[in-house]
Amino acid sequence: MAKYLLLKHYNNTQKSLECKPMSEWTPEEVDAHIQFMRDFAARLQDTGEFVAADAVAQDGLWVRGDGDGKPPVTDGPFAETKDLIAGWMIIDVDSHERAIELAGELSDAPGPNGDPIHEWLEVRPVMSAPGSDFHS
Amino acid sequence: MYDDVALRELVPQVLSVLVGRGEDFATAEDAVQEALIKALSAEPPANLKAWLITTAWRSFLDMTRADASRRDREVRVESEPPGDAPPNKDDSLRLYFLCAHPDLTPSTAVALTLRAVGGLTTRQIAEAYLVPEATMAQRISRAKRVIADAGVDRPGDVRRVMRTLYLVFNEGYSGDVDLAAEAIRLTRQLAALADEPEIDGLLALMLLHHARRHSRIRRDGSLVSLDEQDRTQWDTALITEGVAIIHAALARDRLGEYQVQAAIAALHADAPRVEETDWVQILEWYDELLRFADTPVVRLNRAVALGQAVGAAEGLEALAAVDADVPRRDAVAAYLHEKNGDLAEAARLYAVAARKAMNVAERDHQTRQAARVNERLAATDRAR
Repeated sequence: MAKYLLLKHYNNTQKSLECKPMSEWTPEEVDAHIQFMRDFAARLQDTGEFVAADAVAQDGLWVRGDGDGKPPVTDGPFAETKDLIAGWMIIDVDSHERAIELAGELSDAPGPNGDPIHEWLEVRPVMSAPGSDFHS
Repeated sequence: MYDDVALRELVPQVLSVLVGRGEDFATAEDAVQEALIKALSAEPPANLKAWLITTAWRSFLDMTRADASRRDREVRVESEPPGDAPPNKDDSLRLYFLCAHPDLTPSTAVALTLRAVGGLTTRQIAEAYLVPEATMAQRISRAKRVIADAGVDRPGDVRRVMRTLYLVFNEGYSGDVDLAAEAIRLTRQLAALADEPEIDGLLALMLLHHARRHSRIRRDGSLVSLDEQDRTQWDTALITEGVAIIHAALARDRLGEYQVQAAIAALHADAPRVEETDWVQILEWYDELLRFADTPVVRLNRAVALGQAVGAAEGLEALAAVDADVPRRDAVAAYLHEKNGDLAEAARLYAVAARKAMNVAERDHQTRQAARVNERLAATDRAR
């Protein structure tokens, strides 16, 4: 088994251009989209592939330490144009192919008119525990 | 609390008693798990095994009755618990085979084996593999459904069982259960149940690797490669046992890949200092291993052995034929280039190896290697 992090983005620069922002969808379209996400997670719980998932708010800050005794420097809120993480899910699957298959399904979440949005999802392998001995 | 292992050893025995006639493995296994969890939180009874059988049997009856009433069907079940017969080798072996059923994916076979044969709780297995308990519970119940659907006539073979146990040995993560030790315990049990030199080979391989566990990882979690390990830290008792087992297995002249790998591990274990490693013989064993498993990983390791036994240039030549996608190929290439005196290429490849590493310890190790070679490179430049 291997764990993968699926990352969903706000203002995804790679998002298909024809899809309007979610704030301009109808409430029903928004509900359908959210329900799809819930169902997807529930299905992976049933298949024994679900590890964790959460969404993160769009409002956030950049923070940087500014040296001894000084308060951290902040920058933000994020500009609209920045590519921000909207949510993440960790799955534990048997193969790389399965991770891609699931990301593909998640990407087909419904959007306006119930059509699949085909958004780009970031798929990142999660580091595992070290294996056995090696020579170099 | 009981001796955990003593309790877990009873689990497959109790399960065998319950599924004596091959009926309803899934429910029986659930019942045994329920009894196990009760045992873990109860006062120890005088006769633990009898208590487990009775408790599991009661759970089994409750479950089948609930099932039966759901289906609105009259089912007669014996109300007396089955007798405490001595464990039957074939029944125990059958459990191993069932849990490594060919229709199961490797990871589900691992989970089911740890529960039904290893006697671990779902929570322990979930913790070991860093997934939620509910996810692991689903994985196990699906595995049992797969077996039920496929029927128990085709229960798998000993090779699948061995592969499953080797996965347990190699891919454990964390939690309060030492999965490597658990894999050794289960392989030991398997070796006692079935007469097959390859099982002994696997057991020896595990013992010889396990003997190095304390020298392989530093306190801070960083990795130590084989050539830098403190060999005085190796567990000599495990090495002695592993070497004896592999010698006995090899003498039976039914060679297989686990025996070959154990022979290689034994040769490493034999060298008191890394300089005394018998690379020529190790290379011969890798050639042998290619006959059983001509895989890119074996070819990669053979290139390392060739680089040591003959020369770095020859090792690099062999490496050229190894698939570029094989994990750790860049690390091996970097090592051989460094040995061959090409520091710039070595530094570059160590950095590539760090970038491609699939675990944190390996990534950090390769990053340090790159830094070390870059430092050597800078020193050489200054000397010019």
